[in-house]
Amino acid sequence: MSFNIENYLSDQSTGNNILLYKGNVDSDVINHVLDTVEDKMVEINEQPKLRKKVYNVLVESLQNLYHHVDRVPDDFEDQTSEKFGLLVINKVEGGYRIITGNFIHSENIEKLEEKIKRINRSSREEIKELYKFILNHQRISAKGGGGLGLVDIARKTGNKLEYAFSEYNDKYSFFYLDILVNEEN
Amino acid sequence: MEPIIIEGTPKTPTVKFDSAEGVFEIKGRSIPENSVEFYKPLVDWLDSYKESPLTKTVVNIRLEYFNTSSSKCILDVFKKLEAIHKAKNEVEVNWYYEEDDEDMLEAGEDYESIIRVPFKMIEIVE
Repeated sequence: MSFNIENYLSDQSTGNNILLYKGNVDSDVINHVLDTVEDKMVEINEQPKLRKKVYNVLVESLQNLYHHVDRVPDDFEDQTSEKFGLLVINKVEGGYRIITGNFIHSENIEKLEEKIKRINRSSREEIKELYKFILNHQRISAKGGGGLGLVDIARKTGNKLEYAFSEYNDKYSFFYLDILVNEEN
Repeated sequence: MEPIIIEGTPKTPTVKFDSAEGVFEIKGRSIPENSVEFYKPLVDWLDSYKESPLTKTVVNIRLEYFNTSSSKCILDVFKKLEAIHKAKNEVEVNWYYEEDDEDMLEAGEDYESIIRVPFKMIEIVE
């Protein structure tokens, strides 16, 4: 699979796009995105329960990018973004799809994939227990993350985490995380 | 002890820790990127309060949103309260959640199962 963010997105763009962002993910960007999406959901009169879930998942996805992204490769077009990330939000039938993307060092893929697979094969009850275990036993990392983001997303949405790694070169891949937030399931 | 009074922002909660009344409140949104920076002064303050607490301390948590990074810091706050409770002082946590917000109710139940302090789950009906 050759590397092309736009191609990936056009393949994935089902539903109505309500937000697309590509660039540095800093605190101001996070605030702006959260405000924009929240206003949008109020404007279209989205039901409060779904609105809250989307907001929560969005906070965690953006802060995952903020805390965990690896630096962009030296030959990547955007060298000014210290924390380069991609965010797409689509309105779909019964909910929203939130897609994030970021560079990852090849050697970090295995650990991340293992984590996602563990979450995806867990039942709702197991995810709840996993969340409580990490909450109670793991300290906040030097990067500032709590190690709970993905678990929280899976718990709140009740859906599997869809993901893909697209190879950029032998040292880097681009990681896509695709989250469906929908009404009760 | 000087009380802690912090005005809320879009990403950090309103905090009122009144040592004279023994009523502590955290309210609003807690979604900062760096939650340790925000919560450390609160945890340190509770450490001092713990030395000579009132016989009864009431804690009201009324959060609309909190991120996972805050969730660990909130646990640190509860651990201080647990220590106060363990030293034979009355501590009561009121965990508020908005009508139908099962996620927030479950979050309160998570803490209730980890921390040995009496919790009351209170639904806010509009």
